[in-house]
Amino acid sequence: MENLNAYLIISAILFSIGTVGVLTRKNAIVIFMCIELMLNAVNLTFVALSRHLGNLDGQVFVFFVMTVAAAEAAVGLALMISFYNNRESIDVDDMNLMKW
Amino acid sequence: METLFFAIISLVAIVSAILVVCCKNPINSALSLILTFFCLATFYVMLDAPFMAAVQVMVYAGAIMVLIVFTIMLLNIRVNASKAQMHKLLLGSAIGFFTLLNTVVIILKSRAALPNGPYSSSVIKQVGHTELIGREMFTNFLLPFEVTSILLLVAIVGAVILAKKKI
Repeated sequence: MENLNAYLIISAILFSIGTVGVLTRKNAIVIFMCIELMLNAVNLTFVALSRHLGNLDGQVFVFFVMTVAAAEAAVGLALMISFYNNRESIDVDDMNLMKW
Repeated sequence: METLFFAIISLVAIVSAILVVCCKNPINSALSLILTFFCLATFYVMLDAPFMAAVQVMVYAGAIMVLIVFTIMLLNIRVNASKAQMHKLLLGSAIGFFTLLNTVVIILKSRAALPNGPYSSSVIKQVGHTELIGREMFTNFLLPFEVTSILLLVAIVGAVILAKKKI
């Protein structure tokens, strides 16, 4: 499949869906999953362009993005667990300790 | 045939991505997200990147999603029926739609550079994708690769410190 634009547009659609999820949902875990969705959309762009240009640098970057996502998952979920232990809730509206 | 397959996979990917956002129950969102990851792995295979597809399935659909589903079940969150505010929903959807419109216009107007790298489809099939990625990673990208190990170490320590009540 040599059609680069189709892959880029699919990737843009997935990224926008992820953006809408981050902006509209309140559950922190769902927001986290939407961020993963956005990261994956970017990965698809990387692989498609790397394939199109005949250059493997983009795919090595995808590897690094996956590493960062794994680290983010470990730390982010630990943060959510400790927040839940304090507040008995996972709603982002309850995260208001620093609010004026 | 390949175009039809591409269309089906993209349809499944988009529908499951929309389900991630729309499902009330976080478990359903997580399962839809796994389906999206598998669709992306299929895209990678179609783009001659089988190693990336394998890593996608193992790391994302395997490790990360197991962690997320485990956390959802551990916290046992009730599905609260509180309605999302209308203005928040409208504003979020408008921003998402604007992002999509902007990106699509840019993609359709611009032209990507012509292929200039040495790795064409035949080279990848001849040498093997994993070997090529390995060569690239352990020559040109050796320093970032080593820095990644420090990042993972910090993440492990951070996760343990945050989640434990008493150290």
